[in-house]
Formats: sequence, C-alpha cells, structure tokens
Amino acid sequence: MCLGVPGRVIEVNGWTATVDFWGVRKQVLLNIVDEPVAPGDYILNHVGFAIRRIPPESVAETLALYESLLADDDGDDLMTGDVRAEIRGTA
Amino acid sequence: MNELQFRDPQLARSMAATLERLTGEIGRRVAVMHVCGSHEQAIAKFGLRSLFPKSLEVIMGPGCPVCVTDTPEVDEGVVLAGQGVKIVTFGDMLRVPGTVKSLADAQAGGGDIEVIYSPMQAVDIARKTKGEVVLFATGFETTAVATAAVILGDLPANLSVLSAHKYIPPVMEIVAEMPESRIEGFLAAGHAATITGSDVFLPFVERHKVPVVVAGFEPIDILAALVELVELIHARTPRVVNMFPRCVTPAGNLAAQQQLFRVFRPVGGRWRGIAHVPNGNLRLRDEFAHVDARKRFTIDLPSLWDYAPPQFAGQCICGDIMAGIRNPNDCRLFQKECVPENPVGACMVSNEGTCKIWHLYGGVPDLEESA
Amino acid sequence: MTAILAPPSGHITLKQGGGGRAMRTLIEKLFVHDFAALPFDGVGVDAMDDGAAFRIGDDWLVITTDSHVIHPIFFPGGDIGRLSICGTVNDLAMMGATRVSALTCAVILEEGFSVESLQLIQQSMVVACRESNAPVVTGDTKVMGRGELDGIVINTCGIGLTRTLIRDNGLVVGDRIIVTGSIGEHGLAVMAARHGIEFDGDLVSDVAPVNTMIDSILDPRAISAMKDPTRGGVASALHEMASKSRVGIVVTEQAIPVTAAVRSVSELLGIDPLHVANEGKALIGVHPEFADGVLDRLRRHPLGRNAAIIGTCVVDRPGSIVLETGFGRRLLAEPEGEPLPRIC
Repeated sequence: MCLGVPGRVIEVNGWTATVDFWGVRKQVLLNIVDEPVAPGDYILNHVGFAIRRIPPESVAETLALYESLLADDDGDDLMTGDVRAEIRGTA
Repeated sequence: MNELQFRDPQLARSMAATLERLTGEIGRRVAVMHVCGSHEQAIAKFGLRSLFPKSLEVIMGPGCPVCVTDTPEVDEGVVLAGQGVKIVTFGDMLRVPGTVKSLADAQAGGGDIEVIYSPMQAVDIARKTKGEVVLFATGFETTAVATAAVILGDLPANLSVLSAHKYIPPVMEIVAEMPESRIEGFLAAGHAATITGSDVFLPFVERHKVPVVVAGFEPIDILAALVELVELIHARTPRVVNMFPRCVTPAGNLAAQQQLFRVFRPVGGRWRGIAHVPNGNLRLRDEFAHVDARKRFTIDLPSLWDYAPPQFAGQCICGDIMAGIRNPNDCRLFQKECVPENPVGACMVSNEGTCKIWHLYGGVPDLEESA
Repeated sequence: MTAILAPPSGHITLKQGGGGRAMRTLIEKLFVHDFAALPFDGVGVDAMDDGAAFRIGDDWLVITTDSHVIHPIFFPGGDIGRLSICGTVNDLAMMGATRVSALTCAVILEEGFSVESLQLIQQSMVVACRESNAPVVTGDTKVMGRGELDGIVINTCGIGLTRTLIRDNGLVVGDRIIVTGSIGEHGLAVMAARHGIEFDGDLVSDVAPVNTMIDSILDPRAISAMKDPTRGGVASALHEMASKSRVGIVVTEQAIPVTAAVRSVSELLGIDPLHVANEGKALIGVHPEFADGVLDRLRRHPLGRNAAIIGTCVVDRPGSIVLETGFGRRLLAEPEGEPLPRIC
C-alpha cells in the first residue's frame, strides 16, 4: 500500500537529511518523523519523507521475535534448528 | 541494518513449515485477509503463495488506495486538466479509469499532467509554473501525512490540493461486517501503522472478536505474521499483535498524526467498488480552504457527461474482488477485454490491484516443477 | 492465457511507445502487414527482429534504423548522441553484424536549441563511433519551429556484413540464457533524472556499444539467439525471444546481476529492474555445451565482466517466463507502457 524503504542518515541539515540507501544518496525531509534524527540513524522513507526513526537494536529484536515463533516448534526439524542457530549468530 | 536478513529463503521455508503445522492443527480451512497492496505485491513478487498451506486462504482486501479512489475523484482531476490547470500526481494514478477518461487519456488529449515521486516536488513545480497547479493527492494516511507536511509548509500561491486521500481503519469495519465475510483474522499494513500505531486496531478487535497482526513487507515478515495470526485464531484469542516492531509502536508517530488531523478531517465517502465508508476519506479542513482545489475552482463535472461511459464498465467486478468475495478468475473480462494496456477496472491499473498482480505474476501461482 | 488486443484506434498514447505489447500491436496492425506483402528475399519487416538482412554473395547484409528521443537529453552516464550511435550499433550486433560498415545520422532540431549542447552531443557521437569502430558516412539536418519538436531528435541507420546471421527466434529447449552484465541501469538513471528525483551515487546509464564484445563470441555452433534488452527491459526481451522461439524460459532471479544502486533505487521508486531499459547489454541464447566457454570469453571483455547464466529454455509453457525467486516460482510478465515511479 505504501512503499517504504529504510536508509542510513549521513548528514542532517535543518529539516533535510542526506540518507544513504545502499550506495545511493537522496535528500529526505524530516518534517514528519517524531524523534530527533542524527547521522548514523536508520529511517524509513516514504515519498521523500522520513516517517520513522528505526532504532538500531530493533532489527535484532525482530529477529529474536521470529526466532521465538520457531522455538515454539517441536525442534525435530533439522532445518529449523540450523536456522535458529543462524539467527542467534546474527542477533 | 540489512533488510536482506528478512529475505532468507531458508528461514522462509522454515517459517512455512511452522505455518503448515499450525494450520494443520486447526484442522479446517481458514481464511485471513490482508488490507495492504504491498503485502500482495510481496507475496506475488517473491512467489510466497507456493509456500502457504493449502488450507490457509490469504485474501487480499481493499488495501490499494489507487484502486479505491472513486471515479468522481478521478473525474475531478480529468476536468481540472481540461480546464487548463496543471495537474501533478503520483505515477500510480495516471491510468486509473474515471467515469469516461483516465488522467493518461486527459494527457493524450492535451492536458498538462506531470508525474511526481514526492508531494514536495509539487511546490518546486508550482514555483516554476505561471498558471495554477493542483496536487492530485492520493494514498492512505502514510502518504497523507506527507501531503499535510507540504500544506503546513510554505505553499506558493498558485498551488492547491485536490485530496483523494483515504484512511484505512474504518474500511476494516466494513469488510468485517460484510455478510459473506469468512475472514477469521487480519494482517494490518505495517507502514500505515507506523503512523497510526498498532493500538488503533484495539476497538476493532474488541467489536469484532477477530485478531489483527501488524505485519512488515519482507518475505520473512509476512510469513512470521501469518504464523502469529494462525496461532491467535487457533487459540481463539482475538488480540492485536505487533509483528513489525522495528517500525511500529503502540501509539504510532504522534507528531505525524497531529499534522495529519490538523490538515485533514475524516469524512464519509465512497470507496470505489466497496461501499460508502464512514470516515474513510480525508478532506481538507476549513482552515485550509484557501489551498483546497475543490474550493478554489468550479469543477465542471457535467462537462464529462457528453461522453459515453466505457463499454464494459458495467461488467467489472472489482468491488467484489477488493472485498475478497470473488477473485479475478471469476470475472469474464479478466485478461480478455480487461488488460493492463486497456484496463476496465481500477484493480487492473494499480501495481497493487489484485487483477494487475494476478495478470503480472500468473494468478495464484502454483507452478508445478517444469524444468 | 491469451489477451485480446484491440486494433489501435483513436489517438496514439505514450504506452504505444513503451516497448511492450501495446507498441508491438501498433506496429503489427498498422505497418507490418502491408509492408510485409511487398516482395523481399531475406529477413524482413515481418520478422520484427532488431533489423533486416539479405544475402550479398556469401555474406548477409544487415540493415537497421532507429530514431532517438530522450528526456532529459543529457543524463547520468550519457546523452542522446551516445545513445543514438550505440542503439544502432547494438541492433546490428544482435543480428551478428558486429563489424559496422557504415552509419548515417539525421538530426532534427527545434528552433532555439543551444549550439553548445549540439556540439557536446556531436562529440559524444564521435567517441561512441571510435569505441565501436563505426564510421558515420552521411547525414541530414532539419530545423523545425519552436514548440513543433521537443529539442532534438536523432535518427541513425546502420549497415554491416556478416557470415553469421543470428536471429532472436532461434532458442531451443536446453539452451542457456546469458545476460552480459548487470541490468536496469539506463532505465532507472534516466527515470530518476526525468522525474527530478535527485540521487548521488553510482547510478549511471550503461549506454555502450556491445559489438566488439559480441564479436568475441560470435560462433554459429554456440549461439542460438540474441536480443538487446532495451525498452521494456529484460522481461520484454525474454518474452519476445521465448514466444518467437516457441520455448518457455525458467529464470533464476538470484542469478541476475543487479548492482546495489539499481536494487536500491528500484525499491525506492517501486520499479522492477527487469522492466526497465538497458543500452549496453545483450541477452544471448547458448547451446548448453558452449555456455561456460561463452561466459568465459564475455567476462574477458570490459563490458562483460559481470556476465551471468540466468536461465534455461524448457518445453513447458512456450512463450512464458517462469521466475524462480528462491522462495517459489511465479510468472514474469511483460511491462506495459513506460514504467512510472509509484507510491504504492
């Protein structure tokens, strides 16, 4: 419904941030985002506006949340076990 | 941060196995609905349906703001373009059929229509234009906050806004109350919920006793949210669960909500093919009447009535498709008279329209091994 | 699945120039039928290939023509001048005429067009001619009134001789599909520039002449078909090759080379890199036993360093492209009209 793409803030200049999206830089407006944004932060971009500052620890939290879903499983699935280990490695 | 972590096929298969087992435990067919075109996009683009359990039906609801923009709203843009006003709008809107014409038709007929990526570009374009410029603004609350920010900024005198923005939460009520509805749970759109927060769904869950899971848009996000939703259905615990915490909080983006409702007020209105949705349309408040294109111009809609409506429009079943009651294969026009080059209904226009997606990605793909 | 396409009526719209089915229908219904009825001994207009070919002694003479309009005329990585030479050189190369005998160049200008811009465009044509060893031997210039034309239109025509005529319809079951490098760069770079979406970074057009690279692999025992994925992108070109060759193609999405910049911009604008134009790439059908050898030779050429095997021709679903996404399988459709940046 709404294209949203995360990117990393390089520089903040008033209401405008320069944001890096995997090697491509674009100006993004900060009028809407509800928290102060600083270089190094991640933001979610929609139509040229940052709509959310993404806390860096939240990706790990999400992966941990997903891991807990799999942990509910019986654990006799070998692949599941591998994947769980993999997540632990990244989280 | 790397979103590609959420695109790991192996993790996806593992999630799918969990989903299969949980759905199996329920022991009957289960229908759930997502109300977000981006979910359908991701499901189709990554071929995820081939991973879903056979007994789990994932129905696409009215989640495409372009598709539900009603024909009179498109007509307003078409007429304004005919009156010599420059229209700037998103690429998605160009081919959406109005009563007799789309904006692309109006452009081919000499209308001045420019495609933009961000509502902020409308300001730059208006500054470079001598005549009147209208931002034909569409999209759900996520996009409407961007329009609101533009309106609250420094607007050139020759720029006004034609709002066709929509607000999602009310339409979920409509779908849940449809008598034919078999929906036992909803996936809510993560990017819209970034603005509204996940708590916005609490009254809905209270009223209808169905679970709502807020979901992200990567393959793993969607599978994980489905696992959670099926668990909630199985446990008969209608709750709101936020499975997209990296972007969504319970309260949402309060600064954005404040700007949104300072500029817009929700009013009832028709969503194309769905119904009259109370509080489903976002219109400019009186305080912003001076930048409201509907107030600035006399939009001569009857001037369109000299043209005959398109031949097949009456047979289009987009409404039932968006309500999740029927699918594109039930439509006699699908891929015959109605193709993306020549769309009859809005669902064949937008990249988030069910018909367009089924056409692009081969329907509900269950492609047998063929190599 | 066969869609009924109505014959063109009313007014021409932009989608009929987008490189997809709407454009092919226009050409087929309006031009090809009557022109194809005129006597011609060779690969003619009805083949709807990249160009035409006829016998001269033991050689084939390949001829092609292309008109170039682009907005903006200067874009990241190139301009209309470079594009006009590369487009025609590449069309010749796709039919096996990798050594260009001669090019023509006709320029139509709008009153008021800057001479300085014209000089820059002419200079970049010269550079592209040197890279492709292609001489421009004759030309024409016209000027039209202000507003009668948008700046500049360049038409180029090219001829070349070859012993090895390659078509776009020669794929057979088992053939591998090779793409000569990363995809989507030209289309996305131009689109971002056109819609005023400013990016800093490595997103530049790939516009380049591929004839010297193709020359290094031109072996009639190995190559079954070639096409350059210009308007409509890889999706459109694969569809055309599959449907003319009456095979299906299974493509492994993760094998398709895409740069980080293209992936990123395509997600920001909501546009599939498979659907946008390339101006310095080729899709090559290769018999399986030659696939690795051809790949090696391509990778030795500077333009082919990222070449990859991306698909296989199959019996099932002739004319269709099945995409293996890594999660499941889906059909890859052709784009319709010019892709536009979208919000949803």
